[in-house]
Amino acid sequence: MRQGLRQSMAWLHAWSGLVVGWVLFAVFVTGTASYYKAEISQWMRPELGAVQADPVRSADLAAAFLKGKMPDAAGWYIELPKPEEPLITVHWWKSLEGPFHQALLDPETGAPTKARATKGGDFLYRFHFELSMPPMLGRYIVGACALVMLVALVSGIVTHRRIFADFFTFRRGKASQRNWLDAHNVTGVLALPFHLMIAYTGLVTLAPMYMPWGVQTAYKGDEIRFFVESGMMPEMRAPAGRPGELASVGAMVATATARQGEAPEGIGIYNPGDAQASVVATFEEPHGLAHLHPQIAFDGATGAVLATNGGVRAAATTSAVMVGIHEAHFAGPALRVLFFLCGVLGAATVATGLVLWTVARTPKGAREAGLGLRLVRILNLGTIAGLPVAVAAYFLANRLLPVDLAARAEWEVGAFFAAWLLVALFGAARAEARAWPEAFAAAALLFCAVPLVSAATTGAHPFAAGARFVGFDLAMLALAAGFAFAARKAGRGVLDTARRRAARTPAEEAFQA
Amino acid sequence: MSARPIIGLRYRAAVLGRVLLAALGGYAVAALATGLLSLVLPMPRSEAVVTATLLSFALMVAVVVAVFAVRSLGRAALVVAGLALPLGLGLWLAGAFAGAA
Repeated sequence: MRQGLRQSMAWLHAWSGLVVGWVLFAVFVTGTASYYKAEISQWMRPELGAVQADPVRSADLAAAFLKGKMPDAAGWYIELPKPEEPLITVHWWKSLEGPFHQALLDPETGAPTKARATKGGDFLYRFHFELSMPPMLGRYIVGACALVMLVALVSGIVTHRRIFADFFTFRRGKASQRNWLDAHNVTGVLALPFHLMIAYTGLVTLAPMYMPWGVQTAYKGDEIRFFVESGMMPEMRAPAGRPGELASVGAMVATATARQGEAPEGIGIYNPGDAQASVVATFEEPHGLAHLHPQIAFDGATGAVLATNGGVRAAATTSAVMVGIHEAHFAGPALRVLFFLCGVLGAATVATGLVLWTVARTPKGAREAGLGLRLVRILNLGTIAGLPVAVAAYFLANRLLPVDLAARAEWEVGAFFAAWLLVALFGAARAEARAWPEAFAAAALLFCAVPLVSAATTGAHPFAAGARFVGFDLAMLALAAGFAFAARKAGRGVLDTARRRAARTPAEEAFQA
Repeated sequence: MSARPIIGLRYRAAVLGRVLLAALGGYAVAALATGLLSLVLPMPRSEAVVTATLLSFALMVAVVVAVFAVRSLGRAALVVAGLALPLGLGLWLAGAFAGAA
């Protein structure tokens, strides 16, 4: 909104970054954690050991459970046990509008699991794109923020005349604003390809929802037809409208396993009580970048194979690769660490940008900070320091809440939001210069406490025989160290200000007062 | 607050105008282009839809950046209208609005 392209882009960058910054920070933090969703879920259900579950038996147990729950459902979905999640997850729903019900079953007995009730890593994963809001609303908000992030990235790139030189520029210990700018540039530019990729591919993961107009014009809104034609879904039948008996789902899993050479990861049963029920076995993505799950559809009444998906062409493959890169399921341990670090850099870019916005607008001399600036400062602290504290509180609640507490999983989530709110209120009440180091110190202490509390309550510590959570414990300690460092840095800032104030002339000091 | 230069109502209205134009106009252009390209791209129907949808986000970002880059709100409105009208016309010619047929 100023004259000149670079000036107007700088304006656009600052303001677009600000309005979505807080949501983006939360999306980056929870999304980055989601690269280790399975590990987090495993840690949060320490009772579960490694089980060698039989997929055929698991499928039959799950179908029996679901038949007891809702025989006339519109659909059931069974996630078969995996080494990293040795449970059967079942979902059932009366209508696609929801509500969607879910239960975790023991693969030995088919009864609801005895492991502690928790949402595990799934809570952070869903927060990443639904923000714990009604799912559709959350997805629209996150999508809008991702688009604005792209706008902020493009305008940020235009603003930068020295983008390559800035890559190597970090002027330590000079003016505070210059420092924050350099930190924002380093984190932003270093992982720029990642930032661009993750925002764009994030939009692609929910593209049919955000941009349904192609399906509207070319398919008259028939989304199923589109998915079938593009090879993402096998052809399925409409229900007959009269009751029927479902054949053994286990037998269909056995057939699917024989055809594909591996057991499916999930089985969808559509109109299970109908004479023309369809059963679709979905397999893990084959090796490679694309997020394309092979699927086999069965006649639910006879168990005969009806159709498979496939024949995915160039554009659909491109789209699937974009989703695949976003989720990074293809990545081995080393590459996953790199994705994780890039995610951390993304969160750091957003955080430094938010702080820079306030530093650049701090009034000189004795002028009072305006209401807007004070509000941004409070939201900054509440988000940047508050969310890590909330994550640590979520993990601690998992270990500290009684195992048989009613609505235990909801209490864990309650602990997450309560801790977040507490830090935000603390930040609003306390002077900014004090609040930052203290809130970071709290995050450091809480993350440090996670492995200790875990060892004390479950006996699982890194030195125990057959220790399973060494990686998780180390990650918690690394986070604690990171926040301790941040607390020290933020505290130093306070000291510097104090020293500068002490060096001022008495007249200046009087003016300040 | 009082010490800061007072930002005029005119300026605020112009900012609001650009924000609305960028959000609504940008989405409208992207949506119209997706709808049209899905019908006219010379490839199988499903491929055209995917191609158009994948491009739509880049298009919307470009429109948003353009709305803020041009000199005045009027010019920005011309840019958006200049894109939306031909796309809408194209869609109408391609028969996308011809009922449920």
